[in-house]
Amino acid sequence: MISVVDYGAGNLRSVENALRYLKVSFATTSQAGEVSRASAIVLPGVGHFGHMMRSLKLLGLLPVLREAIGKDVPYLGICLGMHALYEGSEEAPALPGLGVLQGGIRRFPQGLKVPQMGWNQLQVTPGTRLFQDVEDGPFVYFAHAYYLPVDEDKAFRDRESPPVAALADYGSNFVAAVERDNIFGTQFHPEKSGEIGLRILRNFAVLSQERAEIKSPSRGGSRVG
Amino acid sequence: MLAKRIIACLDVKEGRVVKGTQFVQLRDAGDPAELAAAYNREGVDEVIFLDITASAEKRGLIVETVVRTARQVFIPLAVGGGIRSVGDARRILTSGADKISVNTAAVEKPELITALSEEFGSQAVVLAIDARREGDGWRVFTYGGRKPVNLSAVEWAIEGEAFGAGEILLTSMDCDGTEKGFDCELTRAISRAVKIPVIASGGAGSAEHFAQVLTEGEADAALAASIFHYGKVRIRDLKEHLKAQGIPVRM
Repeated sequence: MISVVDYGAGNLRSVENALRYLKVSFATTSQAGEVSRASAIVLPGVGHFGHMMRSLKLLGLLPVLREAIGKDVPYLGICLGMHALYEGSEEAPALPGLGVLQGGIRRFPQGLKVPQMGWNQLQVTPGTRLFQDVEDGPFVYFAHAYYLPVDEDKAFRDRESPPVAALADYGSNFVAAVERDNIFGTQFHPEKSGEIGLRILRNFAVLSQERAEIKSPSRGGSRVG
Repeated sequence: MLAKRIIACLDVKEGRVVKGTQFVQLRDAGDPAELAAAYNREGVDEVIFLDITASAEKRGLIVETVVRTARQVFIPLAVGGGIRSVGDARRILTSGADKISVNTAAVEKPELITALSEEFGSQAVVLAIDARREGDGWRVFTYGGRKPVNLSAVEWAIEGEAFGAGEILLTSMDCDGTEKGFDCELTRAISRAVKIPVIASGGAGSAEHFAQVLTEGEADAALAASIFHYGKVRIRDLKEHLKAQGIPVRM
């Protein structure tokens, strides 16, 4: 079962609406025990990095999320939920992120309208699972003041398969989506990105389910999509 | 590149769309959820419900409307009208809306903007400003344009940003309803004064008006109501028009 983590994120209801619309089975929870048994995890997010990390900590979810990600459980972080993967954010420098990916989240520089609000076009890395069957150059919905710079991602440069799943341009290129093994993150809001966003969420649900079936073939279960 | 947004505004009273519409093939053209879905199909980038319900006991109907809309329409949804507290905003946002807009309450108590933005993030807080030209500048009005305030629109926009607003929805009272074009001068003045996105509203009558306010007016988004409802300008045609002029839009 997919756990949608409830820590008070503003877009929780929208993420639930989208998954329900797609007939994906999931459970919304803030219980560490439940999240630790999840077959996949969705961390929604919009608002403030500091609030999020504090809430996750109070709920005892930080070690649970790290452990699950380490155990190969598919994880999708949306907006702040993607930021949570990194070492930290300029939005709340005192509070570290999960640190499962290297790099830091920065504020958009002067001279740009901040927050970036609206639909921006993606440059999708070919072959990414998250964007399977998504048309070229899709527009998706962003609402954020903090972002992951392309060059911030030291780990990405060193690896053979760069986990940048999509870039977008706001003043300069920034990381709009990441994808590495079981780790997925979108800076944009798939739950608010129309048909394309629904496709991305469905892709995550399908790959999560496929993995769950490989892990425990005897259990089977109903297929998504 | 970030696209310029086209936003459809629906006036909603007691859970029903007030202004008539020309949308055919709708089961119920007065249902805000159905209309939002129809606009979504036409390619609109965002929908705003302006709740003009007068009676306090029927205020809750907008929440139910938002719930139904957010279950079937997966683009950004903003709600304005009658939001006077963090509690009011929370009811709307936890129902599935992405943003709330505040106007009169924010003028009377600017700290409300700060409280909302701290609670929900500035991206969820739209400051709506109704402005009318006066001398060399523009004066702010509240209570749906009925009450003049001793405040210049440009100054209020700057203050609103400092208080934590994430976006400004700017309505020119001079142009509203004329269908003679947006107030590009006002929009440009506000857009240059702040570093947050500005939505231009009031005066849309043709596709070219949108092109003007998104270029000369330096708006980040443009909003209209009746010309969309009555089918005078179709969203798809509008976007084609903008695209042909090199204005970035989501197709």
